[in-house]
Amino acid sequence: MLHIVKSAARRPNVRGWLSAAAGLAVVATVAASPAAAQDTIKVGVLHSLSGTMAISETTLKDTVLFMIDEQNKKGGVLGKKLEAVVVDPASNWPLFAEKARELISKDKVQVVFGCWTSVSRKSVLPVFKELNSILFYPVQYEGEESERNVFYTGAAPNQQAIPAVDYLMSKDGGSVKRWVLAGTDYVYPRTTNRILEAYLKSKGVAEADIMINYTPFGHSDWQTIVSDIKKFGSAGKKTAVVSTINGDANVPFYKELGNQGIKATDIPVVAFSVGEEELAGLDTKPLLGHLAAWNYFQSIKDPANAEFIKKWQAFTKNPKRTTNDPMEATVIGFNMWVKAVEKAKTTDTDKVIAALPGIEAPNLTGGMSKMLPNHHITKPVFVGEIRADGQFDVVWKTKGLVPGDAWTDFLPGSKDLEADWVDLKCGNYNKVTKKCGGAS
Amino acid sequence: MRALYDRITALVFALGLLAAVAGSAHAGPYEDALAGFTTDSFTDTFEAIDGVVASGSPMAAQLLEALQDSRLQFSAAEKKVFIKTRDGALLDAATGEPAVGAPPADLANVRLNNRLRGALNAAIGALTLMAPDPGRRLSAAQSVFRSRDSSALPAVEKALEAETNARVKKALTEARAAIIVMSDDASPDNKIAAIAVIRDRSDQESLALMSGLPANAPPEVRAAATDAIAKIQSNLAIWRTVQNFWYGLSLGSVLLLAAIGLAITFGVMGVINMAHGEMVMLGAYTTFVVQDLIRTSFPGLFDYSLAFALPLAFIVAGAVGILIERTVIRYLYGRPLETLLATWGISLVLMQAVRAVFGPTNKEVGNPSWMSGAFDLGGILITYNRMWIIIFTGIVFVALLAMLRYTRLGLEMRAVTQNRQMAAAVGIRTARIDALTFGLGSGIAGIAGVALSQIDNVSPNLGQGYIIDSFMVVVFGGVGNLWGTLVGALTLGIANKFLEPFAGAVLAKIAILVFIILFIQKRPRGMFALKGRAIEA
Repeated sequence: MLHIVKSAARRPNVRGWLSAAAGLAVVATVAASPAAAQDTIKVGVLHSLSGTMAISETTLKDTVLFMIDEQNKKGGVLGKKLEAVVVDPASNWPLFAEKARELISKDKVQVVFGCWTSVSRKSVLPVFKELNSILFYPVQYEGEESERNVFYTGAAPNQQAIPAVDYLMSKDGGSVKRWVLAGTDYVYPRTTNRILEAYLKSKGVAEADIMINYTPFGHSDWQTIVSDIKKFGSAGKKTAVVSTINGDANVPFYKELGNQGIKATDIPVVAFSVGEEELAGLDTKPLLGHLAAWNYFQSIKDPANAEFIKKWQAFTKNPKRTTNDPMEATVIGFNMWVKAVEKAKTTDTDKVIAALPGIEAPNLTGGMSKMLPNHHITKPVFVGEIRADGQFDVVWKTKGLVPGDAWTDFLPGSKDLEADWVDLKCGNYNKVTKKCGGAS
Repeated sequence: MRALYDRITALVFALGLLAAVAGSAHAGPYEDALAGFTTDSFTDTFEAIDGVVASGSPMAAQLLEALQDSRLQFSAAEKKVFIKTRDGALLDAATGEPAVGAPPADLANVRLNNRLRGALNAAIGALTLMAPDPGRRLSAAQSVFRSRDSSALPAVEKALEAETNARVKKALTEARAAIIVMSDDASPDNKIAAIAVIRDRSDQESLALMSGLPANAPPEVRAAATDAIAKIQSNLAIWRTVQNFWYGLSLGSVLLLAAIGLAITFGVMGVINMAHGEMVMLGAYTTFVVQDLIRTSFPGLFDYSLAFALPLAFIVAGAVGILIERTVIRYLYGRPLETLLATWGISLVLMQAVRAVFGPTNKEVGNPSWMSGAFDLGGILITYNRMWIIIFTGIVFVALLAMLRYTRLGLEMRAVTQNRQMAAAVGIRTARIDALTFGLGSGIAGIAGVALSQIDNVSPNLGQGYIIDSFMVVVFGGVGNLWGTLVGALTLGIANKFLEPFAGAVLAKIAILVFIILFIQKRPRGMFALKGRAIEA
């Protein structure tokens, strides 16, 4: 930081002063008192605060700051205060890698909480491997990955997509026989739909009863697709839509459903990317009865959840601020990291990675989530119905906690693979060839 | 006299006794069914609905409608069920009388899931077939058509005899046919007659009904059904073409609306304005602010919110446009690359500013009641919001054209863009015209934002989604020509919608882009190029 200020002083031009001012602002937020910096443990926050993903990721940045604040009130970790280092990768995937490198090698953070999209996670992976640091990834994702340096606290496909489909196939879910898999055109929907297609076929659903549809990011004209869904749904069999439509495109999609009069009793939509935050931009009355599958809902009645919501709204000074599933995953990940550091009695990367599997932390719905050797966690799965007030009403849940499965059992390439960082020390161990190193 | 008095006293006493007995001790099937609502279990609720319907109690319709509107409440501790009326009063569901004493502390709504809602719609349909209001009878008949619940057949037939309204009668006949087609015990002749009724209905739902015919149907019924399916499908295919055309028109009108402001700033003035999308966004946020104010202060005016938002959005976006022109763009005329970069920077600044003020999340902009829902036109469904946007776009286009043609400002604008020096020489203050033209283009973008807020997200990224499409339309239509923009937008919209069913949304978009690239190679000035000495900048 000092370097920037110096160079700006040498060349007093506008651009220099601007970057100096920006640099100073970062210094001010990052290190309030340089003397105290010696005694703190630095925690990196790598979430987009500008650009398209800011809509979702800003909340997660606030969540980490909130957790750090809470932990410091309890006296910090290992007798040291925690200190947040916030950077803004601006929804720009290569910038994620650059900022990750900056956090680890320049700011010397001990752990990073960050990323939302799979492509941003893929872009920082090599950096975390090379510099040997720890990333907690808090969002539901397509699976098919397990890395030594990454801990996945969001849902794997078997913790969200597959239970949701099971629910729809059950009597209570409407005994659905025909399926529309609709998604935005990128890696998460494509992989999830590939897994779901294989799963549905394994359950005896015919090829003709599955319709797969992809749309570009931010798609806003849903007239044709909604009327296609209506047409597909009028073949005399109960039909449901499984939606992996991403954030922004959801509002026009649901508006079109409402306007064309498709009710949840005719064709229910179960969404994997629509949470309390996304519903904030919608008039939810026509959506009554459409579904979402998550591991957490704000409306779940549990003392831990009620306390969390109360403290969170006090921290953000907004009594209406919503909570959502990736926030809960961030909270679980943060608590697991704190426990692992206390168990290892150090923040050393290798020792914390070794300490994490087996660590348990309470989730906000009354259960105890556990970090597994494959770096995924156990979570309950809930299916919720959209209510008129923009919250969800839980209509179904799994009996216990579901362990996250890194490699799905329904795709030919990955069903032989296993991730185990405790005994096998491998993220893609092939059970058939008995070798570490993937499918081939 | 005395005898009469005695008799009346006795009667009153007897009536009172009767009422007391009915109120307390009587526990029939209806009261038994009510208990199912107090356990908060979907299975019990399902059985309770069946029980209530089977009981034939006069309370049944009121109770089920309350359940449908989530006004049915229960207390698990007291094992009692209450109906909350629309005015908020609490009735005891067992008696229909107002609840006595303070409401129980653990009062909660009876919850529903989709399976229950389906069963509920069917039950209410059968119960309200004889309702006095024809609208309710119609929707009752339609929900019986959907549920095909054979137990409703006697009720449908009874209602059919008494029905006088032609529309309701038709719906009832169709509902009756649907039940007969799906029932196991109707004779083949009856079924074939019913299939004919369904065939004449000829829409998506009748197709669903025909395709769902049980596999064990007699061969002559199957043949009639196959024949009906073919007829319905060929009828639907024609309507699908009409529908694609309508969707294309609607997409085209959205494109036109987004591009029309750009047709002024880019088309007429030649400024590559990357901040155009953000003007649209500002218009949408103005709508949000107006609606927010109306919601908190004058809820009765909500249906008129867009009328207030339109002029305000024009003023806000227009003022920002003039500000940008005066402070940045006027120094950059004739330097397209710098203009491009500067306006792109402005667009980022505006987006981040909105993010800082309103937050990064979507804002809820509601549809006024006259823009919600849809109506059937022959075989296609026309949604009100899309229809109004098409009409609105038409009005904006005509108004703009008239303004450019018949007003003094329009004349001066055309003069300045066609020959700046000569216009200045005859005494037109060109700098002022530049600012006003840019303001006009931006203001129209703001108006477009009001319309787009009705169909899209209101988020800081709103404008980003439209900027590429807008440039595409203006370049394709021919720079500097409003008619070109109109034809360009509609062509792209309709082409896109005819491609989408075959190619999918992603490929359709790519195909359109490739087509435009090839077209621009052939005709670099677009479809309707201005001839002569226009746009030298």
